[in-house]
Amino acid sequence: MSIDSVTPLNAGGWEAVIGLETHVELSTASKMFCGCRADIPEEPNTACCPVCLALPGALPVPNEQAIEGIVRIGTALGCEINETSLFYRKNYFYPDLPKNYQISQYTFPVAEHGALEIDVEGEPFTVGITRVHMEEDTGKSTHVGDGGGRIHDASHTLLDFNRAGVPLVEIVTEPDIRTPEQARAYGAELQRVVLALGVSDAKLEAGSMRFDANVSVRRPGEEFGTRTETKNVNSLRSLQRAVAFEIERQIAVLESGGTIVQETRHWNEDTGKTSSMRTKEESEDYRYFQDPDLLPLSVDETWRLRAVEALPELPGAARTRFRDAGVDPVNAETLLDNPALAALFTDAVAAGAPGRLVANWLTGEVIAQLRRDEVDVSDTSLSSSHLVELASMVDGGDLSSSAAKDVLTRAMAGEGTPRAIAEANDLLQVSDTGAIEEVVEQVLVDNPDALEKVRSGDMKPLGFLTGQVMRQMGGKADPKVVQQVLRAKTQGE
Amino acid sequence: MADLADLTIAEAGRGLRAGDFTAVDLLDAVTKRATMTEAQLHAYLTLDSGGARAAAEKADADLASGDDHGPLHGIPVALKDNMVTKGVETTASSQILAGWKPPYDGTAVARLKAAGAVITGKTNLDEFAMGSSTENSAFGPSRNPWDHTRVPGGSSGGSAATVSVGSAFGSFGSDTGGSIRQPAALCGVVGMKPTYGMVSRYGLIAFASSLDQIGPFSRTVEDSALLLDAVAGWDRMDSTSIDGDVPAFSGSLSKGVEGLRIGLVTELMGEGIDPQVKAAVTAMADKLAGAGAEVIEVGLPASEYALSAYYLIAPAEASANLARFDGVRYGHRTEHLEGTTEDMMAMSRAEGFGPEVIRRILLGTYALSAGYYDAFYGQAQRVRTLMRNDFASAYEQVDVLISPTSPTTAFPVGERAADPIAMYYSDVCTIPSNLAGDPAISVPVGLDDQRLPIGFQIMAPALGEEVMYQVAAEVERLAGFTDRAPLATSEVVHP
Ligand SMILES: [Zn+2]
Repeated sequence: MSIDSVTPLNAGGWEAVIGLETHVELSTASKMFCGCRADIPEEPNTACCPVCLALPGALPVPNEQAIEGIVRIGTALGCEINETSLFYRKNYFYPDLPKNYQISQYTFPVAEHGALEIDVEGEPFTVGITRVHMEEDTGKSTHVGDGGGRIHDASHTLLDFNRAGVPLVEIVTEPDIRTPEQARAYGAELQRVVLALGVSDAKLEAGSMRFDANVSVRRPGEEFGTRTETKNVNSLRSLQRAVAFEIERQIAVLESGGTIVQETRHWNEDTGKTSSMRTKEESEDYRYFQDPDLLPLSVDETWRLRAVEALPELPGAARTRFRDAGVDPVNAETLLDNPALAALFTDAVAAGAPGRLVANWLTGEVIAQLRRDEVDVSDTSLSSSHLVELASMVDGGDLSSSAAKDVLTRAMAGEGTPRAIAEANDLLQVSDTGAIEEVVEQVLVDNPDALEKVRSGDMKPLGFLTGQVMRQMGGKADPKVVQQVLRAKTQGE
Repeated sequence: MADLADLTIAEAGRGLRAGDFTAVDLLDAVTKRATMTEAQLHAYLTLDSGGARAAAEKADADLASGDDHGPLHGIPVALKDNMVTKGVETTASSQILAGWKPPYDGTAVARLKAAGAVITGKTNLDEFAMGSSTENSAFGPSRNPWDHTRVPGGSSGGSAATVSVGSAFGSFGSDTGGSIRQPAALCGVVGMKPTYGMVSRYGLIAFASSLDQIGPFSRTVEDSALLLDAVAGWDRMDSTSIDGDVPAFSGSLSKGVEGLRIGLVTELMGEGIDPQVKAAVTAMADKLAGAGAEVIEVGLPASEYALSAYYLIAPAEASANLARFDGVRYGHRTEHLEGTTEDMMAMSRAEGFGPEVIRRILLGTYALSAGYYDAFYGQAQRVRTLMRNDFASAYEQVDVLISPTSPTTAFPVGERAADPIAMYYSDVCTIPSNLAGDPAISVPVGLDDQRLPIGFQIMAPALGEEVMYQVAAEVERLAGFTDRAPLATSEVVHP
């Protein structure tokens, strides 16, 4: 892909090269290779069996629901789904890895060669997807002692294997990303894709979706620089900050004549810095080899086609649809992140309501009210038919736009349909030309000076006259109709 | 009447149903035999007297109430100690698992229990099934019933010895490179390795997952088929188990060999095969020809490299399979806990594993290392493919292949212990079938001049158990081998 033309450079003419590895825990009923529940109960070691505890003699059996999930993710990311994919053993010793190898994939992952189109502040940008592969999660270690959870000062370590064996999908990008903002936008878009597919709850703060950021810097056109891998990034904001910090750190090191060490770094949310995690500099040898306990996994044509047919509307398509309906870019992103509001929007627009107006209400008054009350939209009485009715009342001049906002809030509170609310609260405005004409004529009679000025071409008093009419009508006249009538009466005679 | 412990499974089954004796009588007979022989043989690591008695009593009660579980109902059967048994110590003959009582039964064990078998106990093996003599057991070696100064073969030496002396009617072992067939040959019993995937590996402590297969030891070919019938068939807990109908192997044993084409493997009759073994195999080949089979010589050229390939593939898989023994969740944990968790894991492993296991873990780890993978593990996999191709072309010419099971008869304890390569050579005739995933059986055909048994191997294509058993039954009939290991009761050392 051509990126040179748009490559944003950092201070000193450095270009950052960023690749992201994202782990997504699938919300399947059972674990990847055994029948234990996969929802990770609180009570430690209550969702374990011989297989996920790696007791002698136990064997893995793949979870079809998990394979379905990864095939859906791969399909949504435009990947080629391999007809045959292979499970490998990734060997390393760690106390929370029961077998001391992780079942993962190496050559022939489930899916590869895809792309995700993202939106960076209104600009489209494509991130290549190298591969999407299936693996299993580890258990959880808690280091107990004086060291504040650090392994070297711990007196002992507690192990919880409830998470061990939970299906994990790893999504690896090409080194296409160039800025912290793009990294964040990619993370956000991938999260939306996963949520749209319904294969994971993708909660960053709970660790069911997590990012590792590979960052290096170089002069444009040069070979890739030495990269570092930053872990422990628990939010989209942290992702952006961690990448930004790492770019600046590497530039500073290089500009002061130093060299970058290939290493794993740890993001510290409190200090806003990354720090070196591993002292050993040699790259780990995982001694990958094909797992003899598992047959090659075949995903046939029927399965692949079914995955394509079952794809829901993905965020990219939804974004285009929102914008085509007149929604401004910022509001479109807000709708993308609020599926329940997006659903109301979609239904209201389908029933003929104007997209821009409805989106403004949903991303304005509605969200504000939901935040105030700390509830979801499904907890309120708001329906798409309310939005349609409200829009038609505004469009027909029965309701001023400020009154409409009031009605909207009341509709959410369950006070009734918009028309009923407007009537009950005396909020309807008069757009009956006859009634307005009467008042206009009286006002013109009462203000001959103003009338004279307008007639001689000075339009300034029109505002004053409109105000007079509105006041006499108790604010319930449609100001547009009032102005029309005023113009007709002043020009026409 | 003969001692009950000397009956075949088929005979014992008939007697049980005729009311001649009970399952408890059968258990008492093998227990008595064990008491008589264990001091010399050390075939068992654990005798589960309580569990066995309860199972035998239940078998009698069930039979009395008309609830017949089939041919193994009430039959005492021993299990190699790498087969996981619920509540009964399972060690794989390793210090690292000493005292471990599993919370579950492996699939084969569960099927045997469901078939009414009485599990007598757990038999000795080379640690984690790594060896060919049962000398590599952390709990002391087993001895050959025919000559107590010699090894019973391995790694399933304990299981072979129990059946040989009658301290079990049948037993099960695991065969990764010959670990059932070679000790069967050395102990003068029938030992059979099924097609890879025929018997679930769930609950078999893994040595080399792509090669391991559970199979039976018995005194007759018929008993072998009865034992296999009870455990064979698809298991949802083992992804590599074969999904499909399994015929009753005990059904087709008397068809003879008339019209069958039999290939004597040239490469397995060369140098390194003991002349007496070679002569016995040739003699049997002639008898088979006399019985109406067409016997020809067939080549398996890749078998020259099979041993080398095996000793890369098996250790490589083992290096990962044995990684779980780390002192964290079960088994031996070091008392030296001053360092990090990583130090604890490393120390527990160093203390818990024996030298042969450590040797193979190191070998396997090296074979999989970056930069060496292709030259070692990759190359070994290519040999495996060649081996399969060789078998495929051989089976275009013949129905089964024959060869010696072991290049020699039982060798003296200690003779090969210090020379791993000489020990590895014990499996030269058996390894090809493991690499191909094919079934093979060893049937005793006679004794050498030192009265040590000679085993005759019959190999068949994948899922060819029926024709394999068909030929094995004929070999058994033609050999007329009825000798039993001497019961040296006078030599019992009373403590
Ligand atoms: Zn489990």
